Amino acid sequence: MNILFYIASFLAIWATLMMIINKNAVHALLYLIASLLAVSVIFFILGAPFAAALEVIIYAGAIMVLFVFVIMMLNVSGAEQKMERELLKPKAWIGPSVISAILLGELVYMLASQSVHPTVMQEVPPAAVGKLMFSKYILVVDLAAFLLMAGIIGAYHLGQKEKRNHHRYLKNENQNL
Amino acid sequence: MNIPMEQGILLAAILFCLGLTGLLVRRNVIFMLMSVEVMLNAAGLAFIVGGAAQGNADGQVMFIFILAMTAAEVSVALALIIRMFNEFKSLDIDKASTMKG
Repeated sequence: MNILFYIASFLAIWATLMMIINKNAVHALLYLIASLLAVSVIFFILGAPFAAALEVIIYAGAIMVLFVFVIMMLNVSGAEQKMERELLKPKAWIGPSVISAILLGELVYMLASQSVHPTVMQEVPPAAVGKLMFSKYILVVDLAAFLLMAGIIGAYHLGQKEKRNHHRYLKNENQNL
Repeated sequence: MNIPMEQGILLAAILFCLGLTGLLVRRNVIFMLMSVEVMLNAAGLAFIVGGAAQGNADGQVMFIFILAMTAAEVSVALALIIRMFNEFKSLDIDKASTMKG
């Protein structure tokens, strides 16, 4: 089982790296889906089958389909890709990479300075997750529902087309305001 | 299945830093949003690893809440991207730096 974990980890890191350095938006999206599926395998190995299923269904299924729709709708031109290529010169990426590397180094140092916990990875069935979520965390479930409602209304409001005033008087009034 | 907790957390840290790098380097809003997705996913992975190490379901519950938050965030962000593309005819975030307030 351990070797599966390492293969999936390597795949997740590699696919994420390829997503960052890719120029084509659709290719990057497909690499991101591969990365999410690898993380889903890791969830399964860690004994969280419900989270693994949700990762595939919601992340790789629903959210990525939204991305694909938007990329197809916007129809990004070749000029943007040329500009992205300019941004991938070392001068542009070396600063942020150093910042991230320092942050990663700190995290690794903190992890390495602790003693290794020998953990028992035991499987948590979906029923336990559901019971806990609807007993102890019921208030947070309500808050998540509020958040989703706000998200729906916000997306609908932002997605509306702007109303144009065709009447001359109204147009002048808007300009005065 | 005796994977040390540190290795799982290490993977989450690496994925988070990769997402951070992508967010800082790329200037295309769609790529930036995808990098944010990677970072949120890494946070969820850290929760799952922590929950698995303790052997209780709290980590998975938190992962589900992160998932709900991500779904809401993505829908609003994509609507904003469409608005921005209609306004500036570009996905470059530097084109939007003229917005004042």
